[in-house]
Amino acid sequence: MTAIDRTLSDLVAHIASNKIAVVDLTNTLSPDFPVIVLPSEFGQCEPFRMDTVSRYDGDGPAWYWNNISMNEHTGTHFDAPAHWITGKDLPNGTVDTVPATEFIHPAVVIDISAQSAADEDFILTRAFLEDWEQRNARIPPQHWILLRTDWYKRVGTESYLNLKKDGAHSPGPDADAMRFLVLERYCVGLGVETVGTDAGQASNFDEPLPAHSILHGNGRFGLQCLTHLDRLPTFGAVVIATPLKIQNGSGSPLRVVALVPNSER
Amino acid sequence: MTAKPRREPRDPLARRQEKHVPPGARSRAMQAMSARAATGRFVLQTCVNCQTVTYPPRDVCPKCWNELVWADQVRGATVLSETTIRVTTDLYFRDHLPWRMGKVALDAGPVALAHLHQDLKPGDPAEMHLLLDKRGNAALFATPSGGAFDMSDPQWREFVVSVRDSTVLVSDGSSAVGRAIVSALRAAGAGSIIAGSPQPSRAPQSSDAFASIEGVRSVRLDLTDARSITECLTGIGGPLDIVVNTARFMRSGGITAGRLLDQKRALEIGVVGFMRLAQASAPLLRTRRASAFVDILSIHALAAEAGFAGYSAAEAARLSLVQSFRHEMRAEGVRVVSVFAGPIDDEDHQSVPLPKLAPARLAQGVIEAIEKGREQLCVGDAAQDAMDRWFDDPALYIREKNA
Repeated sequence: MTAIDRTLSDLVAHIASNKIAVVDLTNTLSPDFPVIVLPSEFGQCEPFRMDTVSRYDGDGPAWYWNNISMNEHTGTHFDAPAHWITGKDLPNGTVDTVPATEFIHPAVVIDISAQSAADEDFILTRAFLEDWEQRNARIPPQHWILLRTDWYKRVGTESYLNLKKDGAHSPGPDADAMRFLVLERYCVGLGVETVGTDAGQASNFDEPLPAHSILHGNGRFGLQCLTHLDRLPTFGAVVIATPLKIQNGSGSPLRVVALVPNSER
Repeated sequence: MTAKPRREPRDPLARRQEKHVPPGARSRAMQAMSARAATGRFVLQTCVNCQTVTYPPRDVCPKCWNELVWADQVRGATVLSETTIRVTTDLYFRDHLPWRMGKVALDAGPVALAHLHQDLKPGDPAEMHLLLDKRGNAALFATPSGGAFDMSDPQWREFVVSVRDSTVLVSDGSSAVGRAIVSALRAAGAGSIIAGSPQPSRAPQSSDAFASIEGVRSVRLDLTDARSITECLTGIGGPLDIVVNTARFMRSGGITAGRLLDQKRALEIGVVGFMRLAQASAPLLRTRRASAFVDILSIHALAAEAGFAGYSAAEAARLSLVQSFRHEMRAEGVRVVSVFAGPIDDEDHQSVPLPKLAPARLAQGVIEAIEKGREQLCVGDAAQDAMDRWFDDPALYIREKNA
């Protein structure tokens, strides 16, 4: 057995023995799971819909299956670079062409849950990130940046989308924070618990929608509607996120899991 | 919402009473009479030659054998005699014995056998109605003349659906029309109103717009989501008497220039959504002694408005579906009502020139259609004019509408 063989078999054995925990970061794909709402002049994202073809009945006595429909950006989903105009001409920018090696990366969890609880429009800034690095450690390259807001606890209530008369209200980064993460820390992408990588009010920023614009313009990815980021350590988790292979797809609903060393054992 | 919904008390141990409907088969002339009665007209056949007014419906004039045409008649009559039926072999009438009928001399000419209101006795002046029975066939019904009469008459209530104390589902209670209908139902004495609330809605809790109104409950309901319909209906937790379908998706746009996804959504809500709602609510409605499904239709159902191509198609398709649904539900004794409206004064019609129909006026029409036992009602001049012109010359109407 080579060292590589041993690494893989050890990994599998550790998962089986729960020394490495598998944390499901995915919200259940259901008809009532909210989707992003754009201003009414734009086309809208369709929610998940399911119609039963048969359920052990006359239309299929022994089998149960459904027809489903949704937007590429419905539920827990992956944003490919081609999702944004800044990434439209990048090579391998659609989900079917993103190299499979991009689907497994380590993650850094930045906890802004207290700040988000205090201010639902909390903006993640470069200053906050530099201070965070002082308190923790330098953000390593080639990592997913996962923003823990505990926003997932709002799923099932109207405060998840948090739509008000002046639009949605939810936390997110500003442009300088995004440039810092993308151009100076070489992140793989940004993963959030909210419905978009950008803050709810980000279309009103001086540089509008900076997360989408800067991530995708530089070939990086987004993960949205994640759940249970509070179960991940600050460093050390590995995210497995494999979008559907949709031809020319701009994104895809997907199952996201994290491998987490179980320090209790 | 903690207020207890008002429902009639029921004996929990009583054997369920099977529901029977009146006899169905009728002559072609009778079908023609029923079709006119469905819109609230009081018609009898008149001979083109000798002008004799005749009843019951026939194929030729009984006097001169000439052609008969349908003509609106005066509604006055005098009760000549009264009979109380105490024995019958018909299962439907057997459920409702004793049943009073009487001979009435119609001011229009003929003497006819009619169902009698409880307050009428021989010699009384009466007002005649052509009502549809539970099977959808026209019947002559005599009520005391002078307008107001006791609507709780048990025989009258066999022909109409009463809003009072009923449980009503309004499929979209958040639109201007939906809100107006909820208010009108409330004013008409509905016992419990479930107002469907399409998602998403604004935080915090704007779906509870009706929370302050006693007897009105807001429930998440999206006709494109089969599960939300099931959950809404199971959440009613009791009998459902009336469904008012107000859900629609109206956006401007033609075939070549319109946004395809908007037009698809118009069909998804207006057509497939209607089918989901009808399919899911029919089993609840058919168990009720008197129940109704009301669908609000745009006059674009009759002829397309090119600037609203997808919406027109959805309305036309639903007009067709409602016809099928009505046929199916007649055998179950459920009234299926189409309420036609012209342009409504709401967000959807913001670019449509005046005059426009006030949502409250449309809501009044919905109550009227239910309580007067109509199958079809045009609310407002625009709808009536459109119906008349379409009836008169459909091909011309399509051209004129888009001229």
